[in-house]
Amino acid sequence: MLKSNQVTRRFGNFTAVDHVTMTLEPGHVYAMLGPNGSGKTTWMKMASGLMKPTEGEITFRGEVIGVNSRRHITYMSTEPFFYSWMTIRDVGKYYADFFDDFSPAVFDGLLTEMELSPEMKTRSLSSGMAAKLKIAATLARDADIYILDEPFNGIDLLARDEIRRAILRRAEPEKMLILSSHLVEEMEAVADIAIFMHKGKLIELRDLEEMRQRDGISMADRYRQIYGHVEVDAQ
Amino acid sequence: MQFDPMIPIWLQVATRIKQEIVTGTRPPGSKLPGGRDLAVAYGINPNTAARIYQELESEGVCYTQRGRGTFVTESSERIDLLRQEMARNAVRRFLGEIAPLALSREVLVEMIEKEADSLAQK
Repeated sequence: MLKSNQVTRRFGNFTAVDHVTMTLEPGHVYAMLGPNGSGKTTWMKMASGLMKPTEGEITFRGEVIGVNSRRHITYMSTEPFFYSWMTIRDVGKYYADFFDDFSPAVFDGLLTEMELSPEMKTRSLSSGMAAKLKIAATLARDADIYILDEPFNGIDLLARDEIRRAILRRAEPEKMLILSSHLVEEMEAVADIAIFMHKGKLIELRDLEEMRQRDGISMADRYRQIYGHVEVDAQ
Repeated sequence: MQFDPMIPIWLQVATRIKQEIVTGTRPPGSKLPGGRDLAVAYGINPNTAARIYQELESEGVCYTQRGRGTFVTESSERIDLLRQEMARNAVRRFLGEIAPLALSREVLVEMIEKEADSLAQK
């Protein structure tokens, strides 16, 4: 289990993440939601060991997240991270060299499923194809935790279906997935728990099926309730 | 499959599977996809998929054999009962929708018969 204990990150006077305390369990797909500047990316980078909290700590199975955690946790950032001279096959080799848990067979399977050819040069890829390649490279690792920042951004409807299937295939009972997205509707059926963040603070964690059953509202409805209300308050 | 995000997703998929059982698309005793495959096929969370089979099993519509998978019930009585339940629910939804129009029972029955006749001719 992944524990975020009073985690805070400041950049000068700006507090990007503000005392976030929560416990996340394997076997769930978490949707991390909130408007721009909610602290989602900053929290994700800290959970991936790419950035240190100013205060508090994040632990996985009782160990503080650090450089060594990268063996267990895989993070997909919003930025592309391939050299332009690489072919898609080169990207697979590059990953295989870097990560012991990278499976070339799983990578090839994901490429086929998402209709990407290994011979293609990364510089010739459309933004949608580049996004699918990022997903394939990230999901081909056999990690315990997959943290994907905006996996559906800038991707057409059909490619989103492919990405959704690839993500769901990785959602095994012993694994944990944390996804952020502005496309709240895309995440409704995929996630089972929503993490609502605002201005660096954790607002709430909600079990989505329970919320639909008990309150008759969707994740998008709850999003409007929280952020619509908060914006009015702030003015 | 398009979901209504305000209604539990397990319920929507379970209803779809029941329809497929009643119409014979999924015959008695046929094997249902595994929980993971169901999740990928419908684009839903695996915990939601697991919940669907729990519910269908608790209603006796399907059963699980350890190590072999989940199957549609072989009981034609249970499937007939399911058909009646679904028909009753459909009639109730229809009556709920038409109630604000305040038609008399005679007019309503006459309209249903007329529409049924014209459908049968097509």
